[in-house]
Amino acid sequence: MAAVQETVDRVRSIDVEQYKYGFVTEIESDKAPKGLSEDTVRFISAKKSEPAWMLEWRLEAYRRWLTMTEPGWARVEYPKIDYQDLYYYSAPKPKKQVSSLDEIDPEILKTYEKLGIPLREVAMLEGVEPRPGEADTAKRKIAVDAVFDSVSVATTFKEELMKAGVIFMPISEAIREHPDLVKKYLGSVVPTSDNFFATLNSAVFSDGSFVYVPPGVRCPMELSTYFRINERNTGQFERTLIIADKGAYVSYLEGCTAPQRDENQLHAAVVELVALDDAEIKYSTVQNWYPGNSEGVGGIYNFVTKRGDCRGANSKISWTQVETGSAITWKYPSCILRGDNSRGEFYSIAISNGYQQVDSGTKMIHLGRNTTSRIISKGIAAGKSQNTYRGLVTAHRKATGARNFTACDSLLIGDQCGAHTVPYVEAKNSSALFEHEATTSKISEDVLFYCIQRGLSQEEAVGLVVNGFVKDVLQQLPMEFAVEAQKLISISLEGSVG
Amino acid sequence: MGAAIRPARTIAELGLADIYATSRQSLPGGTDIAAVRAAAFNHFALAGLPHSRVEAWKYTDLRRLMRDAKPLAAPPDIKAKARVHDAGALFATLGFRRLVIVNGAFAADLSDLAGLETGLTIRSMAEALALDEPLLSQGLGPMVPADEPALALNTALAGDGVVITVLPGATIERPIHLVFVNTGAAAAAMVTRSLVVVGGGARATFVETHEGPDHQDYQVNTVLQLVVGDAAEVDHFKITREGGAAVHVATLLANIGARAKFNELGFTAGGAVVRNQLFVLIAGKGTEANLRGLSLLAGRQHADTTLAVDHAAAGSQSRETFKAVVDDEARSVFQGKISVRPQAQQTDAKMTTRVLLLSDNAEADGKPELEIFADDVQCGHGATTGTLDDQLKFYLMARGIPEKEAEALLIQAFAGEVVETIGHEGIRDALMDATLGWLGQRG
Repeated sequence: MAAVQETVDRVRSIDVEQYKYGFVTEIESDKAPKGLSEDTVRFISAKKSEPAWMLEWRLEAYRRWLTMTEPGWARVEYPKIDYQDLYYYSAPKPKKQVSSLDEIDPEILKTYEKLGIPLREVAMLEGVEPRPGEADTAKRKIAVDAVFDSVSVATTFKEELMKAGVIFMPISEAIREHPDLVKKYLGSVVPTSDNFFATLNSAVFSDGSFVYVPPGVRCPMELSTYFRINERNTGQFERTLIIADKGAYVSYLEGCTAPQRDENQLHAAVVELVALDDAEIKYSTVQNWYPGNSEGVGGIYNFVTKRGDCRGANSKISWTQVETGSAITWKYPSCILRGDNSRGEFYSIAISNGYQQVDSGTKMIHLGRNTTSRIISKGIAAGKSQNTYRGLVTAHRKATGARNFTACDSLLIGDQCGAHTVPYVEAKNSSALFEHEATTSKISEDVLFYCIQRGLSQEEAVGLVVNGFVKDVLQQLPMEFAVEAQKLISISLEGSVG
Repeated sequence: MGAAIRPARTIAELGLADIYATSRQSLPGGTDIAAVRAAAFNHFALAGLPHSRVEAWKYTDLRRLMRDAKPLAAPPDIKAKARVHDAGALFATLGFRRLVIVNGAFAADLSDLAGLETGLTIRSMAEALALDEPLLSQGLGPMVPADEPALALNTALAGDGVVITVLPGATIERPIHLVFVNTGAAAAAMVTRSLVVVGGGARATFVETHEGPDHQDYQVNTVLQLVVGDAAEVDHFKITREGGAAVHVATLLANIGARAKFNELGFTAGGAVVRNQLFVLIAGKGTEANLRGLSLLAGRQHADTTLAVDHAAAGSQSRETFKAVVDDEARSVFQGKISVRPQAQQTDAKMTTRVLLLSDNAEADGKPELEIFADDVQCGHGATTGTLDDQLKFYLMARGIPEKEAEALLIQAFAGEVVETIGHEGIRDALMDATLGWLGQRG
């Protein structure tokens, strides 16, 4: 398809020098000793005052991890990671017990302010201008859980959510306060033995968000988590667990940034979603980890396992992601369509520039009857980056009436990058109807010419084309995120036209 | 990380090692060829038979599907030769030049070698090897990894085949029909290697048929190296109708020059396990390649078409169309990869794969892949899997056509989209007849 020159320009400009979240917050922190051993796992568990069953769960994962090998099938190259050269736990040193937002280290608050994350409940996300005459009440509220290195530092709007019966808290607290729910669902979608990085996460995860929406409840506001890696040599391993009980609905946003550092930092998260009968979960990510500089030095290694389980009938899980950051992205948000008539969706924009490597996609596993899925993936590669879509659509014997539509479009900006598409389509049921289409092209000269002839500058023309190219996905984002994402795409591509 | 774990050798792997050890002395070729063979077998022995953890063989696990290794077939005797007169019957009436390979050995006495056109030479591979010509590695593009297991095994064990050359500028009007036949006296393995070199500006058509008896358990590993010169026009058809118990692994290595026209069509309707792998290197600019495939599968057949098209030069066009009709408990596999190298700007490549599933126990696996390193390209692929459209069926049935016939009509139309693209009328009609025959058996 004809992509917009604007997109092209924007992608080119992912010059790392323009990474605006690259600052470091000087703050004292409390770290586990470097390296990974059973002691590290015990240390983390003890720090979190976890019950014995949780420690056992972690240790089991750790022992299994020792027997596993790092997967090598993705189209990403990186030097061998020394897992003993990392800090697995880092927490801002508390001045005293924190009981309200005012007592949080002002440095951290400042960090989030710089990032534009509203920890104060009155604050609203920027970017959405209220129409004249419209009162501020028209703005939507968003509850935020902020995770700084290894721990959650603040969760907002807790009380209001509590009234609706929604549980939204750091997972470390949930383990203590709602052990039954955690025991029942933790590891039920991504088992501890799932893959190398998920197993590592199971052993050493330090925090993350926990959401439970009770039956029939429509979560009254968007929930959001903001992840920030601050410390040097720190791996961040967060774990998110979201459960939408029967008939519930929740929309969840996730954002990430990290300071500019010359060494690579590791991020290995696990996200598990469970949707019971008639429930719906919408999960949106804007991933903007530090991508490394223009020479390919530094940046985050992002090895993430995200999976949703449409466990109940008529349930729905929708993933939307805008991926612009990270030196390496290895991420396949998936849906297990177990319930009859369940639906999975995956909308993705992956932009790579500089020396970034993206290997991302999704898996739609059709198990129940009349399950449907939809995959829209837009990859934009610029600079010397490699951008791969890797996906799986499969229908098992009993998945009568399974239906999938997949569209993967790639746009290349410049002749030194690569765009690749690796879809797997497996049908074991004759009534399954799968359609897959993929295209790779550059921005059409004709389209550009048309725009420029009508008075647009080269940059504007490219921007127009790129926005058209990614429009299908942007539309899926909650409004506040869509505005941010659009800006982010512009920044990412700046300077890529030339 | 650590070293990859090497699972215990299977019976078939041990058998292959035995066969290589005992037959290496008697395989044709001097010391140079023997060294090439030894290196190839080492490559094979290191990795063993490909299995589902080997990405290129993900859906065709030879470790599981190939239970044992059959001994190399003995040269055909008079009795065996007498049994092959009706081989290649599909094209018997079309007057093609027949070259017969019986039980893995080229049979000059059964072949039509009279009145060769100017510029055409035909020899047996065994003869060529005996002269120690470095043919086994000739024409291999850089895209084929030396450790590709099926190819390595073939290099190690190939006994015979044909060597055909067409001089530059020659036009060979009469299609050349390579009749590969197994007479089935014993459970055996046929390992053949053929080389076809078509010079610049030359034109020729090649047809391969592979067949054998239904009740003999045999194995085939066949390789065709095809070199297409600049501005040459080559059509190649491969018809696989092996017996119902056969394991058939075929590799096509095609190296296509500039401004050439290359038409390829694979038709698969027989064999228990069939793997057709095609490595096509588009080495010159301005070339048109048209690759098509049709598989008609029933029973417990397993047929895999794996295609890698490597655009290494600018301004070329390729079209890949693959279709399969899968009934009963059969399984169709299609892996197609289009690679575009950085220098191959202005490449135009489109791949389509469509599978029709006729039974709830049938399975279709597809992996259409794009690997693009150049920006000014038009590349795309489309893949669909589904069953017969109920509405179309209803339309026909509402007009008084019985259900089975309505289905047959729709399947014929589906398959026809591949068969009808064939330019040669005789071949087109023969393959349409074969398709109708398959539908007839479906009952």
